[in-house]
Parts: sequence; structure tokens; C-alpha cells
Amino acid sequence: MAASLNINGTAHSADVPDATLLVEYLRDHLGLTGTHIGCDTSQCGACNVLVDGAAAKACTLLVATLDGANITTIEGLGTADALHPMQQAFRTHHALQCGFCTPGMVIAGVAIAETHGAVVTDATIRHELEGNLCRCTGYQNIVTAIAAGAREMASSS
Amino acid sequence: MTPFVLKRPASIAEATGAFTGDAAWLAGGHTLIPAMKARLRAVDTLIDISKLPGLDRIAREGDRLIIGAMVRHAAVASSPVVHAAIPGLSSLASGIGDPQVRNRGTIGGSVANNDPAADYPAALLALDATIETNLGTHAAEDFFQGMFTTALADGELITSVSFRIPVASAYAKHRHPASRYALAGVYAARFPEAVRVAVSGATTAVTRWPAAEAAIAAGAPLPTTLESEDLATDIHASAEFRAHLAGVMLRQAAESLAA
Repeated sequence: MAASLNINGTAHSADVPDATLLVEYLRDHLGLTGTHIGCDTSQCGACNVLVDGAAAKACTLLVATLDGANITTIEGLGTADALHPMQQAFRTHHALQCGFCTPGMVIAGVAIAETHGAVVTDATIRHELEGNLCRCTGYQNIVTAIAAGAREMASSS
Repeated sequence: MTPFVLKRPASIAEATGAFTGDAAWLAGGHTLIPAMKARLRAVDTLIDISKLPGLDRIAREGDRLIIGAMVRHAAVASSPVVHAAIPGLSSLASGIGDPQVRNRGTIGGSVANNDPAADYPAALLALDATIETNLGTHAAEDFFQGMFTTALADGELITSVSFRIPVASAYAKHRHPASRYALAGVYAARFPEAVRVAVSGATTAVTRWPAAEAAIAAGAPLPTTLESEDLATDIHASAEFRAHLAGVMLRQAAESLAA
């Protein structure tokens, strides 16, 4: 079943087998490998993308069910020369070590900032990060970065 | 996943017509798709119900709160209508899984799956809910028939859940730290004429807790452990631990009920 999706502002017509997962389509068909496959069991959040603005796990979505959806991946946020404020906050606050979970963390951070705005508390950030696993950082700097990124997004919008 | 054919019907009639052979309904997919990826489940036909009209409504009708089968956990958690009618249900929904799961998972899917450690089944039992389907109405009491087993016939589709609005209600759960499923969860609801308490996670299937209901109603000391022949035991927690934990969750829920 074919599905029309808008991915990072570009229209795509996905004519793929019905069992194709969104993360497979992004990585294997479009070469958008910033969306990672971590646990592949809907727990770790490394495959987070925004679906119509809400964070979702691309390893647990079928492309064919997303006809008409707007998808934002990590590639759609910023570029190496012009980082998104949330990406810049992760860099500034050293919110990563190995970097594997980072795309999903940044996507989660953007969703948190857009939901709660600049006044988001650390407690809220921790609650909202429950779907993202990081094996390196102990989370503290990630929480700090998302709070800073949320303030920056609010002031630059 | 083993290959399957996906259908996306636009009406209930079209959907039930598409349900032939080895088929399954797809709502939010956050239990079914992982199960299919793990090859615990294989189907020939998957029928996506997200385009069916009317399954996404939230409405208060008299002393009932109606929530459509495709309403996602995040929508229940953030709905002013739900919060005004049954704040305990808002709180329950905000603690299911994690944010990404809540953005996709649905109440209909959770109810149809009847995981013994899921949150919604306890709420349905305690809130004297009915489950509306394309074929008729089930009382929650008769609907949940043991671990992963319900009264749904093959091809029967949940369309909405109707909760009776209580005077007060509260849900307390001790989550497994990785899965966020309940090691023990207690939903307590006070109605003008009765108290209803249901337990998730602690037993092999969601169940009422008559001793707790009687104690809350009488203002008597609460049971400190759950007496049951069906306590769950696995690598995460022993039966004894769960029985005690249910008592702790009961105390927390009862305190919220009184507050």
C-alpha cells in the first residue's frame, strides 16, 4: 500500500511492502540514518521522530499507516553549520558521550520544549524522558541541555 | 515480521468485511507491532482502524464518560473533559508507558489486549465501565476473562468505553522501572452507594478486591496484603512481594480518595 508522507518538508510517495517500519523506510530507502535503531523493541527512544509534531518511536510505526503525516527527523532540525537551538544546547552542555541516543534525545527535547515552553521544570523533563535510554551520561547534562534548549527555542521563536 | 496485507477501511462496515481469515485489528500498535516483530504473532491481514469515523471522541453523557477506542493515552491524559469528570483516569493515562507510547497507544487497544499488568483494565472494573463494540455491549465485569482473554469474539471491534462517573476515584501503581507496567496497581472508586476497588499487576488477571471495598466503605482498617489464590510471580517480583505491594498501593489510593 502506497503512502504519501511529508518528511522534513519534502513530499515522498512510499511504495513499500506493508510490513515496512518507518525507521526502515527512513534509513534504508531514504538514507536518513540519523534516526537510529537501538533496542528495536519500543523502549529506548533512539528512533524517535516527530509525527505531526508528537514524538513517536519509528521502530513501532508502519509506513503504510502514516499516509498524509508530517514527519520530522533529526536531519530536519538543523544543519552542521546552523544547528537547531536544541542541538546547540546539547553541544554546549555536553549532553552526550557516545552519541548513539542523541538523535532521539534531541527529538524528545524538541517535543518537550514545544509542549511545556521555556518554564519547563527538571522534574517534568525527567518524566517526559522516560521513553529515552542513555547508557553514558547519567542524564544530568541531558536534562540541563533540554531546559536550556527550551529557553532558547522560546526566545528565538 | 512475517509479511501481511494492510487494509485501511473508512467505515465500520468496510472494516468488518475486511476481517477474514487470520486477521487482526491495528489501533495504536504499541503492543501488537512489537509482538509481530518478535514473531510472537503473525497475521495474514492487518486492519488499521485509525481512519474509522467516530472512534476518537471524548464526551460526557449524563453520569457516564465516553472515550472512543482510538483515543490515545496522551489525549486522555490531557483532556479537560476527562479531568473534569474522572481526574483519577487522567492521572492513570499520564502514567502509562512513556510519552512516545502515550502518543500512539490507545484505550481500545489496551482493553482488547487485557494484559494482566496494564492500567486501564483496573480502571474499567472499578469504574463499572461498559465496552461498546460493533456487535453490542459488554459489562467490564464480564469482559475481562483472565490473562490476555476477553469476551470479544473473533472479528469483534471495540468502538468505545463508557465509564460511570464516580464521586471520587484514584489510581496508585508501583511501576516496573523498565516496562512501566504495574507490579501492582490499585484503582479505587467511590460511588454514592458503594466503593469499588480493582487490582492490576499483582494477580494473573485483573480482579476486584472485595475486602478492600468493604474496608473503605466502612471506614475500617484496610487490608495490608492482597489475599488471592491467583497472585502473579515471575523474575520481577514474588507473589508475597506483590501481595504486600498491593496493600501499599491500596493505602495510597484510599488516601487520595479521602483527600
